Amino acid sequence: MVSAVFHSPLEAIAPPATSHASPIGKAMSTPKTDAPAAPAAVSARPSAASRDFRGFWMAVLPPVLGLACLVLVWQLIASTGNTGIPKPLETWAQAVTVFSDPFYSNGPNDQGVGWNVLASLQRVAIGFGLAAAVGIPAGFAIGRFEFLSRMFNPLISLLRPVSPLAWLPIGLLVFKGADPAAIWTIFICSIWPMIINTAVGVQRVPQDYMNVARVLNLSEWKIFTKILFPAVLPYLLTGVRLAVGTAWLVIVAAEMLTGGVGIGFWVWDEWNNLNVSSIIIAIFVIGIVGLLLEFALIKIATLFTFEEVKS
Amino acid sequence: MSNSNEARYIDIQGVEQTFKTKKGLFPALKDINLTVAKGEFVALIGHSGCGKSTLLNLIAGLTTPTSGVLLCADREIAGPGPERAVVFQNHSLLPWLTCYENVFLAVERVFSRTETRIQLKVRTDAALALVGLTAAAQKRPGEISGGMKQRVGIARALSMEPKVLLMDEPFGALDALTRAKLQDELLDIVARTNSTVVMVTHDVDEAVLLSDKIVMMTNGPAATIGEVLTVDLPRPRSRVALADDPQYLHHRKAVIDFLYTRQAHVEKAA
Repeated sequence: MVSAVFHSPLEAIAPPATSHASPIGKAMSTPKTDAPAAPAAVSARPSAASRDFRGFWMAVLPPVLGLACLVLVWQLIASTGNTGIPKPLETWAQAVTVFSDPFYSNGPNDQGVGWNVLASLQRVAIGFGLAAAVGIPAGFAIGRFEFLSRMFNPLISLLRPVSPLAWLPIGLLVFKGADPAAIWTIFICSIWPMIINTAVGVQRVPQDYMNVARVLNLSEWKIFTKILFPAVLPYLLTGVRLAVGTAWLVIVAAEMLTGGVGIGFWVWDEWNNLNVSSIIIAIFVIGIVGLLLEFALIKIATLFTFEEVKS
Repeated sequence: MSNSNEARYIDIQGVEQTFKTKKGLFPALKDINLTVAKGEFVALIGHSGCGKSTLLNLIAGLTTPTSGVLLCADREIAGPGPERAVVFQNHSLLPWLTCYENVFLAVERVFSRTETRIQLKVRTDAALALVGLTAAAQKRPGEISGGMKQRVGIARALSMEPKVLLMDEPFGALDALTRAKLQDELLDIVARTNSTVVMVTHDVDEAVLLSDKIVMMTNGPAATIGEVLTVDLPRPRSRVALADDPQYLHHRKAVIDFLYTRQAHVEKAA
């Protein structure tokens, strides 16, 4: 509307009080100024709106097109012969039934998708929490003391590349149960990114800050709370983000092997029932949950990052 | 005894510093003998890479000499400590703390054993007031200008009531106008607190304006003290009045002569 006022030449001639004054009489005395102003407003509105729409389309159109491509390829593959992959529409229909009652429970092997996701998230939370409780202090110690760094770096280099699933039998052997073994697997795979990122963060604390600590003769506790922890926090959160991502990748595979309740087990169970559309639904659910975890952690990380730390 | 103590407050005897590098041993400093009296303002000047900062780090105790002895108030300098406060070249404020908290960290460290929380707060406020930053106390370093950050750095150092104030090119990263303003403030603060100051600089005017003694260093490697110039200009000093003061110009000429004629830059000599 603002642009309409500027574009109308007659509006400038008309007294500005016109629009605010009582319509009685004024409406009669100045019909000519009102009439041209209205079409001007109409002609100006689309140009301003189209600018808004362009931004809107750039934000919405490409992702929608990307999704459409995926669905199209899926549809093509599903329609060609006997792949056994259900078509998008069939899957959608199945998804509606699955999500209409996500929290039903008919015994341990037949539970709603909601329970399965929650069970997986719980395992990830426990395994990841334990890994954070061990890995973050270990990372600080390794970063702070060169002796410990030299002591543990070869071990970390040796163990880190091992697929987390290789640890599953060890977990089964030691803990004698599927659930603790899955948690153990999450623990072992999410501990490395946290140790390594925290240690690197500590080693990259600017020497200037450590010189300040030395000149002030700060106690080790003050150094930790006032200098090390705030300086390392961005690195630490990156480690946490990587760890959660890995944990979420690994839990599906671990649950396929251990069984019980969980999204990974659900995938395997539906495979045994030859219910492929449920598997596709599970893939989407896993992707969306992973996306949400990642998004939440990025939000947390940006809250705690000081620009000066990076430079 | 107390006289000699005052005159040789900082006493550097035969200090030599050699760094281990990939190419072998690099002799940075050799045969450094220097005394600084209590309340004296000493400037270390020389070309880049001549070991000015190395010498300052030795006095701070951040590094230990390869050979030789450094004494401060008749005690050997064994490590860094709050009695020898350092103002770093790049201010080195902790970005996650406010200006107040940055200063308070130092105050708390030095005085918390003997003073109440309220006294510590008064000290912190006083230090910020000394550099004219009371209004910016609750801002973080990222929200204030470079000159203000450097002033917080100075406030942090002064708040500890150090025996010696060590400054490593404190105004090097600032524009000329801000630098002049801070130099005037420093002159004023040093006069009021009667601090002993050792300052590294590469600015001839800064050295002559501020110091009682200018220590001119030869080019490295194996740099040493080439000449010590006593600046006996009366205090308080005014930048404007000194601009055409013949004695000031004479001192300025002496330093420039040393730096650019006798110790022409390394590249030229090579």
